[in-house]
Amino acid sequence: MDIIVCIKQVPDTTEVKINPATNTLIREGVPSIVNPFDENAVETALKLRDQHGGKVTVITMGPPQAKEALRHVMAMGVDEVILISDRAFAGSDTLATSYTLSQAVKKIGKFDLLICGKQAIDGDTAQVGPGIAEWLNLPQVTFVVKIEIDGKKLKAERLLEETNEIVEAPLPCVITVVKQINEPRTTSLKGMMRAKKAEIPTWGAEQIAADKFRIGMDGSPTQVVKIFSPPPKCGGKVYHGDVDAAVATVVGAIKERKIA
Amino acid sequence: MPITVTDKCIGCKKCVPACPFGVIEMEGKRAIIKDGCTFCSACVPVCPVNAIDLTIDKKAGMNVDEYRGIWVFAEQQEGKVQGVGLELLGEGRKLADKLKAKLTAVLIGDQAVEAQAQELIYAGADSVLLVLSPQLKHYTTAPYATILSDLIGRHKPEIVLIGASTIGRDLASRIAARIKTGLTADCTGLDVDVADRKLLQTRPAFGGNIMATIISPQHRPQMATVRPKVMKKLARDPSRKGEIIKETHQLRAGDLAVKVLEIIKDTSVKVNLTEAEIIVSGGRGLGEAKNFALIEELAKVLGGAVGASRATVDAGWISSHHQVGQTGKTVCPKLYIACGISGAIQHLAGMSSSDTIVAINKDPDAPIFKVCNYGIVGDLFEVVPKLIAKFKG
Repeated sequence: MDIIVCIKQVPDTTEVKINPATNTLIREGVPSIVNPFDENAVETALKLRDQHGGKVTVITMGPPQAKEALRHVMAMGVDEVILISDRAFAGSDTLATSYTLSQAVKKIGKFDLLICGKQAIDGDTAQVGPGIAEWLNLPQVTFVVKIEIDGKKLKAERLLEETNEIVEAPLPCVITVVKQINEPRTTSLKGMMRAKKAEIPTWGAEQIAADKFRIGMDGSPTQVVKIFSPPPKCGGKVYHGDVDAAVATVVGAIKERKIA
Repeated sequence: MPITVTDKCIGCKKCVPACPFGVIEMEGKRAIIKDGCTFCSACVPVCPVNAIDLTIDKKAGMNVDEYRGIWVFAEQQEGKVQGVGLELLGEGRKLADKLKAKLTAVLIGDQAVEAQAQELIYAGADSVLLVLSPQLKHYTTAPYATILSDLIGRHKPEIVLIGASTIGRDLASRIAARIKTGLTADCTGLDVDVADRKLLQTRPAFGGNIMATIISPQHRPQMATVRPKVMKKLARDPSRKGEIIKETHQLRAGDLAVKVLEIIKDTSVKVNLTEAEIIVSGGRGLGEAKNFALIEELAKVLGGAVGASRATVDAGWISSHHQVGQTGKTVCPKLYIACGISGAIQHLAGMSSSDTIVAINKDPDAPIFKVCNYGIVGDLFEVVPKLIAKFKG
């Protein structure tokens, strides 16, 4: 069972703050991490490999420093990692990113399952997984919370709004996983030693035979035109002490505004 | 790089703080733009000597003038059109009137949904495209993506709006990749530029810490998924007239490869969180599973849904369907009551856009108090029963 996992290196959004004076993101000192949902994707792949044999290859598209994310998953135990990196990829939106990753997947060749996290915590789009599936013309099963492989088929449980749905899909297939699917393993000392020494191959636009009009800025239909801080919540009133009075005031205000 | 700092730079450093991504640095007396630039152009107008050159020269995707009209995908589940579809028709109506364009709803399902087409007209649509087949009863990605992509190809709408539900996000990204157009996820604000018919799509990013406005200037249709409960539906107007058109469809080989075997209902879900007007959520402060009964009681009194923090779901006190936050659902009700939730940023990302937030926590320094409209510092076991009594009374 050969599995490819796509991951993203993201800023730890819990640490991102806005500078109120300049209205901009403060990125200094914000650590980079592997997107948490992608760690669940890696864990899913490792578990399936342990059950069925085969190989787990992890790819990421990003700047040279994204190698750190690849070293982290190597220390978790994945077999191979590849960095997809080129100045020509700068400015990619989700369409260009999914194209670029799908070209890298084509170069890797044969595989049975491709796994992504449900979304990245910086952009929160959940668009790249299905995008890759479309570029590769493969079925997609999103928001997976349980998976079993049975020969050339998979059976997956999807976490939907009010229900769970059990689906069957043929392999090869693209899935995206939710946090609830597993608890990602920690890195092992042996894995860390191996990751530290590993030479990480880097593929650029040429190696993946990318159409230059489909990558980077040129391949990205969307454009960010403005960035701003969300309006601060105003009128917030916190009551201390007299609970009865506080409850009366709050319920009164809510009833007056006819919310409830 | 399409962006460069020219020799005109005088080293005034004004562009450095203007960069939302912090990628402009000074190298001696000159600004340089490092990796990570998204070409957002925020720095360009800040420069007093016009030293920053940004040229965006995309290969024109298509003839944008061929595309006219606004479409709304009317998502249905078990034969019932979801609230977000009606909300999008309300918002779509406003945009269509501004652009003097036609508003069309697309409804896909089995025979049982046909009766609801008329409701979509009453909710604001000028016409409804209806695609019916027993195979389309339950949503699966491939057949729905094929049908909607083919309809878009045939009719060429300029804007396509889809609810940012699990179905909507799964579907929209597949279609956008197939027809190779721009898609903006989980929008909370929409507007149009009447002059060039651009859709201005505003959405939160970085867990709600920043807002970004996004356009797709050279591609059509301009696609967006829109967060449920943000847009307002119109009052049902049975005097509205419109056309209901049955469309034919043809699936591709392999479109039915993914089969739904079973749908497992979660009996603990009484009201759908994402569609709820009122949500009462419980956190770690509840102490143990059985105390969720208190949250359920308040929710019942208010006719609302029960939400939960990640900690309580991880502890197994309640099922994942109730989880609010980055890992769970993003909600936007009229009233959100957080009981014993400290307000980790991942939780705030999922609920901070609610209209009115009430927080109850015994820790006066809990971050939830920074986003709430009304906060009560106190023991939830004392406060919540009093709230229940007061709301009943």
